[in-house]
Amino acid sequence: MQIVRALLTRLITTLITLFGAAIIVFVVIRVVPGNPIAMMLPPGASEADIDRLKALYGLDKGIFEQFVIWISNVVQGDFGTSITLRQPVYDLVIGRLPATLELSVMALLIAVVIGGAAALTATLYRGSKVEGGIDVAGGIALSLPDFLWGLALILLFGVLWPLFHISGRISPSLGFEFSTNFYLFEALARFRFDVVLDLMGHMLMPALALAIPLAAIILQLLKQSLKECMHDDYITLARTKGYAESSIILRDALPNAILPTLTLIGVQFTFLIGGTVIIERLFSYEGLGNMAIDAVINRDLPLIQGIVLIFALLFTMVNLVVDMAYAALNPRLRHA
Amino acid sequence: MSFLSIQDLTVQLKNGMPLLRHVSLDVAPGEVRALVGESGAGKSMIGKAVLGILPKAARLTGGKILLDGEDLQTLSQKARRQRIGARAALIPQDPLTALNPSRRVGPQITDRLVDILGWKRPDAEKRALELLEEVHIQSPDRVMKAYPHELSGGMRQRILIASAFAAEPKLIIADEPTTALDVTVQKQILKLIREMQQRHGTALLFVTHDLGVVSKIAQSLTVLYAGKVIEETTVKDFFAAPSHAYSKALLAATPKYTDPQGSLTPVPESVITAVEAEVAAFDEQARAGTRP
Repeated sequence: MQIVRALLTRLITTLITLFGAAIIVFVVIRVVPGNPIAMMLPPGASEADIDRLKALYGLDKGIFEQFVIWISNVVQGDFGTSITLRQPVYDLVIGRLPATLELSVMALLIAVVIGGAAALTATLYRGSKVEGGIDVAGGIALSLPDFLWGLALILLFGVLWPLFHISGRISPSLGFEFSTNFYLFEALARFRFDVVLDLMGHMLMPALALAIPLAAIILQLLKQSLKECMHDDYITLARTKGYAESSIILRDALPNAILPTLTLIGVQFTFLIGGTVIIERLFSYEGLGNMAIDAVINRDLPLIQGIVLIFALLFTMVNLVVDMAYAALNPRLRHA
Repeated sequence: MSFLSIQDLTVQLKNGMPLLRHVSLDVAPGEVRALVGESGAGKSMIGKAVLGILPKAARLTGGKILLDGEDLQTLSQKARRQRIGARAALIPQDPLTALNPSRRVGPQITDRLVDILGWKRPDAEKRALELLEEVHIQSPDRVMKAYPHELSGGMRQRILIASAFAAEPKLIIADEPTTALDVTVQKQILKLIREMQQRHGTALLFVTHDLGVVSKIAQSLTVLYAGKVIEETTVKDFFAAPSHAYSKALLAATPKYTDPQGSLTPVPESVITAVEAEVAAFDEQARAGTRP
């Protein structure tokens, strides 16, 4: 019963958040300079042509009226039609979403594995040169933003030592027919490991570029929390029982140290999803972010609105998952 | 033959400052020895050295610790850890922080039996239930499944006592086990430790600053000052007539329950000066190698 109520509260706040996001994006993209009509018509088009097009897309109406029309359509599941691509926004966004989801989740996994392993190793060898080395590596990883890591990776593993593909999501020469847009997931499920390999060859560099700064943040916070835990009395007691340092860190310290990191990962993951916009552009990866940049360049208002709404929905979902994981991991919160 | 024999133990900080100065003491099987001294005297440090949990800044620089006749320093790190885990146990000072908050109570009692001593899990669980009953915990099966935050401080100390006795160790080191508890619970816990110690015939090294507690639980005691053994005697002799001036002053400084209004007597300045001089002379002898 409590769970039902908590979920209901959550649903309502999510809806309010999304409505707020809808208002903001709607107003902002109409306030910034540039309009889609100018992008569609050749220079020197007549006033009459411009007015006709404006009327066609409803842009001649007041901003409030436009919003009401749009939001009432959205509620009914109609996100409008892209001005430049002339397809339903819903289909476009849903078509591209899996690519971005796969990329973000891959980046998150890489960041958690690298950052977590580095933090645990540094804790095990605390006070030694190993810890110093890990700290230095973490500092370097954190000092550059994701897109610069992307450029560095392209230079390193795309040009100097061409290990990976530098653009796209899959090699067209593969000629593999997907029935969903979750390419990686589908290739795995169908045991087509040649396809998986090709997908990974495309995805690894952009994912790594997104993951490196996040891994460094995870490393720093988790290492700090672990270090504090290692002074706790239950750790000392576990030592007297005969346990090795490594199993004490994993079994006793980690579950107590992980909670702040978990919250941080949630917040940082939403930043990472935002980061896909530039990274997808950099690697010509056919995801939502890449589409968002095209939409902005072309002032494709319905498409921008659709993409931003989907991003807002993703962010609230991530926060929900983090809260649930937090409750699952912390016994003191479970009954609260 | 004593179960724990500490011989000439010296522990220093990394910068050379001594924490324990050539400490020797023995605890026979079934014996309860109290370690007393003011804070900073090194009484907890002895327990930590025996259990292999010295703080990172401290180092064992001399002497031997024999556990059941075996010199711990000659063992590999792993062997030493497991030997200590199997033969000795700690009853910690603060029950509120000594249980892992994110693990259920049951596994925290059984883990040593299963992971270090290779028991089968059902056997270890059965043993844990028996022990919880022994420490007078009602509905032990429910407590096994509880998280530490769901239990009171007194309950948690009972669990830690049960856990310490789980592997039937020959030696238990209790590091001021009642200091963090309120007075009414203190008495019960003290009684419980005494009762468990007698039933299991365990040697007990009881670290405390409270001479009132010493008289209730121990047969012998060692008085420490600045990491040096000042006096080693039986509890009976100590309370009848302590031989060292510092011990006398310590005994005089203990508040009397019979005279709650009475003012507190601090250890006199002259006694402190004398004992400081004694420690300094001892250091000098140790350096010159002329110490008997």
